[in-house]
Amino acid sequence: MKVVLENLTKRYQSGNKKNGGEVLAVRDFNYEIPDGKLVGLLGPSGCGKSTTLNLICGLENPTEGKIYFGEDDVTDLPPENRGVGMVFQNYALYPHLTVKQNILFPLQNLKGKDRPTKEEMNEKALEAARLVQLEELMDRKPKELSGGQQQRVAIARALVKRPRVLLLDEPLSNLDARLRLQTREEIRRIQRETGITTVFVTHDQEEAMSISDEIVVMQAGVVQQIGKPQTVYDDPKNLFVAKFLGTPSINLFDGKIQSGKLMIGEEAVMDVALSDRKVTVGIRPEGFVLFDGGAMSCKLLRVEVMGRDVSIVSSHPACQADQLRSIILSENKVDEEAETVRFDLKPGKVFLFDIESGDRIEVEAHA
Amino acid sequence: MRKKNLHGWLYLLPAILFLGCFMVYPLVDVLIYSLEEGYNFASQEMFGVGLYNYSYVLHDPYFLQAVKNTFILVMITVPLSTGIALLISVALSSIKRLRHWFQTVYFLPYVTNTLAVGLVFMILFKKTAYTDGLVNLMINWFGGPSVDFIDGPYWAKMFVLCFYTIWVVMPFKILILTSALASVNPDYYKAARIDGTPKWRTFTRITLPMISPMLFYLIITGFIGAFKAYSDAVALFGTNLNAAGMNTIVGYVYDMLYGDSGGYPSYASAAALILFAIVFTITCINLLISKKSVHH
Repeated sequence: MKVVLENLTKRYQSGNKKNGGEVLAVRDFNYEIPDGKLVGLLGPSGCGKSTTLNLICGLENPTEGKIYFGEDDVTDLPPENRGVGMVFQNYALYPHLTVKQNILFPLQNLKGKDRPTKEEMNEKALEAARLVQLEELMDRKPKELSGGQQQRVAIARALVKRPRVLLLDEPLSNLDARLRLQTREEIRRIQRETGITTVFVTHDQEEAMSISDEIVVMQAGVVQQIGKPQTVYDDPKNLFVAKFLGTPSINLFDGKIQSGKLMIGEEAVMDVALSDRKVTVGIRPEGFVLFDGGAMSCKLLRVEVMGRDVSIVSSHPACQADQLRSIILSENKVDEEAETVRFDLKPGKVFLFDIESGDRIEVEAHA
Repeated sequence: MRKKNLHGWLYLLPAILFLGCFMVYPLVDVLIYSLEEGYNFASQEMFGVGLYNYSYVLHDPYFLQAVKNTFILVMITVPLSTGIALLISVALSSIKRLRHWFQTVYFLPYVTNTLAVGLVFMILFKKTAYTDGLVNLMINWFGGPSVDFIDGPYWAKMFVLCFYTIWVVMPFKILILTSALASVNPDYYKAARIDGTPKWRTFTRITLPMISPMLFYLIITGFIGAFKAYSDAVALFGTNLNAAGMNTIVGYVYDMLYGDSGGYPSYASAAALILFAIVFTITCINLLISKKSVHH
């Protein structure tokens, strides 16, 4: 089931007179979520991603715009008639009910001819539990489960009615680091097995990048970029997207174009076909190549060795932050006593942005 | 080690002293009083030791009337007041406009003096030479005959007493229940909505279990409070409750000590201990039930 968002806009009333008594949570969101895919809504807190999720599930109504599930217009349907399953950030498992009763709960709400018999209900509950590998824990209460297990109960409860769309609100934020890795694989697997179109919300870019088929980066209610995770990472549309994706994050420099050369500080680091202007230069940490005759020289601060690769922390007068971080393969030998390090840059990892708007300046760069 | 023990006892001393003076000693004293037969306060003499006081109290028609009154009061007011308080709290938490105003209105009886409330009830219910009272006027209006609620038939007096008690205990229950309802995480309701849970099922399967600890707290304290009722009856029917036939167990104890027929600390102690036994039993039953049905 594909989900289509058409000019979706949500405004809230607020007591603040300064902005006209209104808060714009989501502005003019257009997107067709492909059938059977896993989509991550990504952005900092307050960017409107949770509101978008609530609009899709029907807990909130859009101020403008339409929502379609397949060909059905569901904009004015209440949540229970949309056929959505939702997993809440805190799971919202009913604490006084056992795992089994929790999973059965949505089925027991059904009335009339939709209502399965008791055996069918038990069968479906067991099936959902098996999908999330919980069938051993059916008689436990939620508080007797670990965070990851609770999460899986919540997913089973959301899936037991065979929803057309599955929605997950910050599904991993309440788990510790190790469980988070495990659980996100789990979500991916469950989504693949069921083939249900799934939308999840997260502020953690790594989480979104790792399991999504597509990601939607949002800021202040406005969609910044939509695409495959790797595409968005490799080809960010603006400074915000470039900064938001990637750990360690992108290094930013004040630069300028001077007679076909990109200047960072006093050094010409690359050839670009642009007229003279000031630019913001973004260089991914993996965009540096350690080279004695490199074009860019930085003051070496320290070297961090982390197994597979080496992280060089240095400083540069034109860098917008106090220090910049570059990641190189561990085969490279770094002289930790040296005052300066010199780098060459990989063209594909260097992005130029307008200093006012932050928009990406599309241009071919050469070393 | 010994020194540490000494320190411990030293810290406990204030509590032990106060509890000993004002709790343990009086309790033991009451027990002793209740076993002293024919004890005379003035001469400090008695005939002997035994269970005669209990037997006397249990055969005293006034005491039996008081027990009957108290039980009727408890059985009617506790379920009714808790139920109505729950209804009002649910209604309160489902409205947005004027909510605080209504909350204040419902809380007012709590800060109002019992006797002042009694006075208002007199105006509402009492039949005098000049007027039959507001309630009777309304009954007449609907074509019914006047009833003397204060000096009339037993059921009418019991009705007023129950009405009054429910009205007085309600505010505290509403206060507790509204805060209990407010503390239920709204995500549960959102989850229930998405699953298409009917309103009634949401209430019985989610709301009630979530607030059940508070509900049971109110029921248990409600039982205890109603068993100890006294001032309410005085506010409505005056101090001579035996004559009005509206005495309660605590009223009986008071009468035995200080009333017109008073000066019998032994009978009073025996009655007080019987009340204690009743309250203790009921509370135990309540706790047993709550263990089975309350979600903690």
